[in-house]
Amino acid sequence: MAGLLESFRVLDLTDHKGFFCGKILADLGADVIKVEKPGGDPARRIGPFYKNIPDPEKSLHWFAYNLNKRGITLDIEATDGKELFKRLAETSDFVIESYPTGYMDEIGLSYLDLSTVNSRIIMTSITAFGHTGPYKDYKGSDIVGMAMGGLAYITGNAEDSPVRISFPQSYLLASAEAAAATMIAHYYRETTGQGQHVDASLQASVAGKLANAIPTWELNHTLLKREGSYMFGRGAKLRIRLLWHCKDGYITFALMGGKLGAKSNEIVARWIIDEGIAPEFFRKIDWPSLDIAKQTQEDQDRLEEVVAQFFAKYTKADLYRRANQEGVLLCPQSSCKDILENTQLQSRDFWVNVEHPELGDTMPYPGAFLKASRTPPVIRQRAPLIGEHNEEVYKGELGLSDGAMSMMSLAGVI
Amino acid sequence: MSDRALEGVKVVDFGWVLVSPLIVKTLADYGATAVCVESMKSPSLSRLGTPFKDGKPGVDRAGHFAYCAPNKYSISLDLRTPGGMEIAKRLVAWADVVSENRRAGIMKQMGLDYDELTKINPGIIMVSSSNQGQTGPYASHPGLGIHLIGLGGFNNFIGWPDQEAITLTIAYTDYLTPPLAVATIVAALDRRRKTGEGQYFDISQLEAGLHFLATPLLNCAVNGSEPKKMGNVCEDAAPHGIFRCKGEDRWCAIAVFNDKEWAIFCTVISHPEWKCDPRFSTLSKRKENEEELNKRVGEYTIHYSAEEIMAVLQEAGIAAGVVQNAKDIYEDPQLIQREFFWVMNHKEMGEFTHLGEPAILSKTPAKPYMPAPCLGEHTEYICKEYLGMDDEEFVDYMVSGAFGF
Repeated sequence: MAGLLESFRVLDLTDHKGFFCGKILADLGADVIKVEKPGGDPARRIGPFYKNIPDPEKSLHWFAYNLNKRGITLDIEATDGKELFKRLAETSDFVIESYPTGYMDEIGLSYLDLSTVNSRIIMTSITAFGHTGPYKDYKGSDIVGMAMGGLAYITGNAEDSPVRISFPQSYLLASAEAAAATMIAHYYRETTGQGQHVDASLQASVAGKLANAIPTWELNHTLLKREGSYMFGRGAKLRIRLLWHCKDGYITFALMGGKLGAKSNEIVARWIIDEGIAPEFFRKIDWPSLDIAKQTQEDQDRLEEVVAQFFAKYTKADLYRRANQEGVLLCPQSSCKDILENTQLQSRDFWVNVEHPELGDTMPYPGAFLKASRTPPVIRQRAPLIGEHNEEVYKGELGLSDGAMSMMSLAGVI
Repeated sequence: MSDRALEGVKVVDFGWVLVSPLIVKTLADYGATAVCVESMKSPSLSRLGTPFKDGKPGVDRAGHFAYCAPNKYSISLDLRTPGGMEIAKRLVAWADVVSENRRAGIMKQMGLDYDELTKINPGIIMVSSSNQGQTGPYASHPGLGIHLIGLGGFNNFIGWPDQEAITLTIAYTDYLTPPLAVATIVAALDRRRKTGEGQYFDISQLEAGLHFLATPLLNCAVNGSEPKKMGNVCEDAAPHGIFRCKGEDRWCAIAVFNDKEWAIFCTVISHPEWKCDPRFSTLSKRKENEEELNKRVGEYTIHYSAEEIMAVLQEAGIAAGVVQNAKDIYEDPQLIQREFFWVMNHKEMGEFTHLGEPAILSKTPAKPYMPAPCLGEHTEYICKEYLGMDDEEFVDYMVSGAFGF
């Protein structure tokens, strides 16, 4: 089956901030060519590595987010390199880049420069703060993005420092938003023939994910704060526990109000009563009519203490299986191994084994990010080696001679 | 020429709370005509939760719903009545895209699954974004984003090694599916324009979410490694963290990656002697003595406001940023200049700030066309303008209870 973007080509100039954008388009079927500096992208030094051996051809981060792309090396700052890049852009549909604001203008490869060789081209830029505004030249990093975007402030324990998610998320959030915006520009281009520039901001990508924090400030002048493992920003003025110890780890469950919560609360209460460990006050509660939102904190704590004793006796898997059978809002906290072994994911054939012939190994990758009745995302090939497709692209597609190629190679252009 | 990229695209949203409404929001922000199907009898949770305008509860005064619903029309239908279902099907016939995020199986129960939809509109694009997909043993397990965060393993990456587990207390995974879904839907709309073919997308929010942890999952598969709690530590940088500043609950993030940046950092914070301190002279030394290093940086930052620290470090080319709370974000000059927030006059709440889009398209930017709707605000308009009803037909439906009011 043909992918949604099968006849389209993407030139991917990004570093680790933008890898995921091209990956999404590649999964949708586009021919994505990752353009690296001669010698290899610095992001190939990002660990962890295959078998923990540091090697630019063994970066698992490179593998994960450049899957499905082809790869060429090219020095886009060199005059000849620039010309080659423009020739590639003539027959391409998208360029994605994550250089600091202003860099592409400086080297003469801005959207305006590229649109003169190909008016249909869409250029997508992913930067820390965007190409406009007072912070456009500010330097970014994941923790700065999470801080300035507001997610760090509401993550962590109330009494401690705010905390980021230690596997960097802001680059991935911005890359995913950039992919969506790029497709919207694509739809317009296919209607009108006109390309355009897509300017995605990491800060804004994070700031769009703050639940009700912004309206809570605007309407009630209240700041929602980090709550550790408690529920956040709900109407009730209660601290409602989210994470619970069980025999072999943690589960997520909330003794919460509303129609949704009531059903789960009642079933879990029955489990506890059937187990014979419920104190008298707990057995006497009329669960269907209990309004959690109207309880005092003391009431809530007393209930939670009983529930905690019950959960502590069982494993994550026991509780989750039971929750699934009876429709209870409860999930285990998975380790990575749990996720790899998750029966639901396996039953949907989520994992895709990808061959790495150089390593004599295959590895299970997260597969299609959605299932489609006609044009499902397809995992075709492992991430490219350094310069793997140079011949294919430069000779096969641009028609460079052997001589020209070795000249370029000697000069360090490719 | 129109600057609405998705001009003419018609979307119907049978979703609730966050995932489907966020997908449809982006399509509407870029010019699609989007109708959310709501119910007077059972409104979306986000219309029932805080915050409310002036603290006074009401479905049309709920900030979280309105924040995520600019540019959308709202129709109120009672889908348990034959009339409500008839109108829903007429909307399907009218639409290009139908989106929903109900628990797997619910749309089928209602007779609005993809097979039924194609009988009404063979070219329809339908997107279901349930927690764990439409198939498999856990397909119908109920859950919210707060549960999926744990199931998807995100909690392993939050907090400190010596402390109790913590979680992301917002429904983080709710935000991971929408951009992937929008990219796919829009590409599918283009394909449909060329081939006439619609299709069905079955999204598992869990599966989409795991793409945001691909590296650690691969690391576990090939190296058997599980993630360790790291707080704000980063292997490639020191100092790297969030440091307390002057004021109540004020903090600044700082990231110094290499020795060159370190030298600049020491000069800027008026501690040039740290450069020569053998405990801090190289990145690996700074990693070895990170606790002492962080203590010293914190002793410096506590005397200044977070804004001052950011300004002075950024001026020198060091990555630094205020840990912004909602008020800071709301007033952030960068986000304001980029029109990230859309202030519009909401029918019930008056001047109200809606969420914009994180990217700027140079020719067809997302725009605030209209404020978030009150529940069922456009019921009559949609029936008459889009479904072609005359007064009599509309009143007949109303009397039959189709609209639930």
